[in-house]
Amino acid sequence: MNSAVIVFPGSNCDRDLAVALEQVTGRKPAMVWHRETELPEGVDFIGVPGGFSYGDYLRSGAMAARSPIMRAVTAAAGRGVPVIGICNGFQVLTEAGLLPGALMRNAALKFVCREVPLRVENSQSLFTANYDAGEEIAFPVAHHDGNYQADQATLDRLEGEGRVAFRYLDEVNGSARRIAGILNDSGNVLGLMPHPERAFEPAHGGTDGRRLFEGLLETVNA
Amino acid sequence: MKARVFITLKNGVLDPQGKAIHHALEGLGFSGVNDVRAGKLIELDLADGTEDSAIEDMCRKLLANTVIENFRIERLEPAE
Repeated sequence: MNSAVIVFPGSNCDRDLAVALEQVTGRKPAMVWHRETELPEGVDFIGVPGGFSYGDYLRSGAMAARSPIMRAVTAAAGRGVPVIGICNGFQVLTEAGLLPGALMRNAALKFVCREVPLRVENSQSLFTANYDAGEEIAFPVAHHDGNYQADQATLDRLEGEGRVAFRYLDEVNGSARRIAGILNDSGNVLGLMPHPERAFEPAHGGTDGRRLFEGLLETVNA
Repeated sequence: MKARVFITLKNGVLDPQGKAIHHALEGLGFSGVNDVRAGKLIELDLADGTEDSAIEDMCRKLLANTVIENFRIERLEPAE
């Protein structure tokens, strides 16, 4: 699997994601600067990392979503290339229109930084094939704007189409229906606030996140 | 010419920042505040003759997230 990690000014989880991808795929991902207009040839997985792109100016992810490389990411997503957006990356993907809804300030107005239990709601996606449906796992979260909101019709559609990939077991940030991660309608774009790349090695306190990348590698290579 | 863009959260969208401001006002002893909603004001200095439709386009494409926000454009008369 040839992966690419998009790097914006203010990204700070790009290296963590690159380390995780290199360990799983055996190949160093291409680190692609936001001003590039094209992705490297043959990229078959794209990661949009966490951080504080553009200092969260205007709205979290808003500026990054309009940067030149995002046109190439949108085109690749349209061709079916799997794209994951983690934390700020999730915010970027919603701002870019690749995922529905918006991520607002946490309901309690506090930055939340801790490990949270999650339920895998859909184990049939490209990204979740290595989990069992309904399995309870734990990833860390670290965000101020993780409060997922969309109108009722959109939420109902996400639920009905199995596009809620992960759900918080407890109240974390005020997200509608405790949604932690969602898929696009084709199932090849996942956005989630929790950090699978930070639950990768036993020293991280858990390895539940590693299985996401391993499952993705298996489905992409299959 | 100058224009101001007011960006506000849509009705029904929870505004935790507005709630916190409301709470702080009450804490300072200001009674009679029924609700507080916080938004943004963006001032644009534009080339003369910029069409309304161009400003609306800016709002839809970047300045506002129309999933959660409304915008209102106010043109300012040139200073005398």
